[in-house]
Amino acid sequence: MNHSRRNLMQASGGATVMALAVSAGLLKSADVFADDWNKAAFDTKGLQETVKAFGGSAAVESKDIAITSPDIAENGAVVPVSVTSKLGKTESIAILVEKNPNALSASFDIPGGTEPFVSTRVKMGQTSNVHALVKADGKYYFATKEIKVTLGGCGG
Amino acid sequence: MADPMKIRASVTGDKVVVKVLMAHEMETGLRKDSAGKTIPAWFIQNVSATHNGKTVLSAQWGPSVSKNPFLEFRFSGGKAGEKVIVTWTDNRGDKRTDEATIA
Repeated sequence: MNHSRRNLMQASGGATVMALAVSAGLLKSADVFADDWNKAAFDTKGLQETVKAFGGSAAVESKDIAITSPDIAENGAVVPVSVTSKLGKTESIAILVEKNPNALSASFDIPGGTEPFVSTRVKMGQTSNVHALVKADGKYYFATKEIKVTLGGCGG
Repeated sequence: MADPMKIRASVTGDKVVVKVLMAHEMETGLRKDSAGKTIPAWFIQNVSATHNGKTVLSAQWGPSVSKNPFLEFRFSGGKAGEKVIVTWTDNRGDKRTDEATIA
């Protein structure tokens, strides 16, 4: 039995099937990788690392960003978080949970005409600092609030 | 096909307040099932909202956004009777678009 030949046949056969699936529209290129999704930023562990993945240098703490959330979240699976920025020319708002396996939870682009405010709900594995990261006029700013979690939301 | 979104858009002062509730598992990829096998990640990655052909919000989400995600935002320049269209795309390439009339 010629094993190497068999392996080669299988490998090339698999590739052909994939190519056919793509060309037939069964697999969209978006399945392979979403180019408008910043994978690097969602893989980061901390605030400053996320800023770098966004292409910034370093974020500065700002009192013009407000995080609205409960101080104690009973259920870590559903923690309501709202962020309001009073910084002029706010371009984007991101929500990060420091102690989650990956810090970045959500990032919002704020076009002109849209208020620099977003509200959503995030999962928190444990009590942690939550950061709001705001890009305004090309620079990064952040605010921090600790949210206590009595029941984690990432267990399993 | 995923279940439809619930979208409410209403004029408050000079702004349009949009509230969206999406139906999605938002699986993190870190949980294990009862047999100890990791449940693959399955979550909404991109969200965008348009009004009169203009993007009023776009977002990138990770798996730590809660299950059945909620989103609220506000924009100016909308009038009652006009439409707000919201689209999401998840990491499997599944897509859902719904619209609401501004009240």
